[in-house]
Amino acid sequence: MTVTVERGGRVTGKQDGAVHPRRARDSYALFLLPGAVAFLAVVIVPFLMNTGVSLTDWQGVGSPEWSGLANYRELLDDAEFWESFRHSLFMVVAMAALPTAVGLVLAAALFDYVGKHFGSRTAAVLRACFYLPQVLPIAVAGIVWSWILAPDDGSLNELLQAVGLGSWRQDWLGDPDLALWSVMGVMVWVQLGFPLVVFMAGLERVDPQLYEAAELDGAGWWRRFRHITVPQIRPEIYVVLTWCTIAALKVFGAVYVLTKGGPGGATNVPSYFSFTTFFEKTQVGYGAAISTVLTVIILALSVIGLRLQTRAEDAEEGARA
Amino acid sequence: MRTALRRYPVLIALCLAALFMVVPFLIVAVNAVKSPAEYSRNGPLGLPDGLYLDGLKDFWERVDYDRKLLNSVLISGSVAVLAVVLSVLNAYAIGIGRIRGRTWILAFFVLANMLPQEALVYPVYYLSKQAGLYDTRLSVIIVFTVIQAAFGTYLLSSVLSRFPREIIEAARIDGADKWQVLWRIVVPVSRPTLGVLLVFFFIWTWNEFLLPLVMLISNDNQTVSVALGVLQGQRLMDATMTNAAALLGVLPALVFFLVFQRTLTRGIAVGAVK
Repeated sequence: MTVTVERGGRVTGKQDGAVHPRRARDSYALFLLPGAVAFLAVVIVPFLMNTGVSLTDWQGVGSPEWSGLANYRELLDDAEFWESFRHSLFMVVAMAALPTAVGLVLAAALFDYVGKHFGSRTAAVLRACFYLPQVLPIAVAGIVWSWILAPDDGSLNELLQAVGLGSWRQDWLGDPDLALWSVMGVMVWVQLGFPLVVFMAGLERVDPQLYEAAELDGAGWWRRFRHITVPQIRPEIYVVLTWCTIAALKVFGAVYVLTKGGPGGATNVPSYFSFTTFFEKTQVGYGAAISTVLTVIILALSVIGLRLQTRAEDAEEGARA
Repeated sequence: MRTALRRYPVLIALCLAALFMVVPFLIVAVNAVKSPAEYSRNGPLGLPDGLYLDGLKDFWERVDYDRKLLNSVLISGSVAVLAVVLSVLNAYAIGIGRIRGRTWILAFFVLANMLPQEALVYPVYYLSKQAGLYDTRLSVIIVFTVIQAAFGTYLLSSVLSRFPREIIEAARIDGADKWQVLWRIVVPVSRPTLGVLLVFFFIWTWNEFLLPLVMLISNDNQTVSVALGVLQGQRLMDATMTNAAALLGVLPALVFFLVFQRTLTRGIAVGAVK
């Protein structure tokens, strides 16, 4: 984004006079004050409270009873807890791995193929179609898909019937063996637009001469993809993978509206598990332990992701220099 | 010529994939305007005979949809504006003021941005009850202003750290104080980025589910997303109602999408790298 600045008239005001440079720098700290107070009240204090409560036995009323690491020990033996984290891995496949891989191929196809042969407008329209599910509230996406996947008169089953595959009709969200796969399918649909848009934006930075030179050398689309597209937008790939993996670990709304973690816990995920533990079973200490474990995992992944990203950017800077 | 023939299969495949992405929207639109009788006669895949809008109207009145829309607009709008202001103040100190310890402060905002809401939800619920703010729209506005400002601070700090220093120096020599430099120079110059953030914050807050679900229990305070999610969770809707709900949920999103599409795709490009 380039910005041009027009300097208006003289700005008049109090003359600061000659200030000690270090004092001048520190007086900027005042601008951080509102932010600091707000973050203390909404993020830091609640987070510390949550961590503290996870070391107690508490039903949400009365005073918490200190229990040390008992909640965490109990978690280790809790089959439901392990199960919910196993489902998280499925969600990472559906929301990070698949959308990133497919998004990469789609972005390259739209940028290096459709854009060139059919104009950038065609590419933009197609991109918009893929991005559309991203702006939908997850609650609404859940309503739409619950109804499409409904067992009796759902569109998917009706469609199978109409093309003569009536024997394939399923209770997509109600069958314990299928529900997780159905939720994964919905999540791929929801998530796909994000990597695509980010990658297409990243490709705008790439020097078109690289592609031209490769084409002159007779490199086909696949070789251009492997040797130009992927290495050039490596920083974006790390950003998207990190971002989407974290989103996958936090998935809540989709599970709430599609399956409520059911049938029989078949689609339970850590976020939903902590929610029901907090508000339905009112085992606040135990719920806090679940969410603390989730937080530790997410923050560890964030740090690793940021590391990979900065390294990729440094490598890119180095290659340019 | 031969290449032209080879080109089309790829385009057709991509168009089919795009169609698959859009089909759910089309199915919802088609069924939302069918009467229950039509629906039971032809099922979900039949085309509607005419526009039957009573289903939409009934649903609108039943869930008091204008109230829900008002809540969503009020909450998302307030959060967008307040979070941008908070982000600007933070980023001014970090990106332009270059205060000491800024690397750690910035790292804190990045981590706060990654923090799962599950780790905050119970204490926030408990504290808001203590403060008498439970089940008020204000509580949700406060919490999301801070949460969104984490991302805003992170993004704006990197944008402002590349701000041309000589402009600021010149204004200082002209005798402007820090406050004037911020509002008369930094903010007007950064307007495109702030616009992107405003749009992002609005849509993100509109789509939020977990915290509003916990915090807004009375019908009068609920947002569109929560109201529809709760209705869906109760499994009490028939097909016509479900479609009305889906269509009314989809429409605002479509409006945002069309209005903000340019801003959004540009914004994602800004936020993607550094």
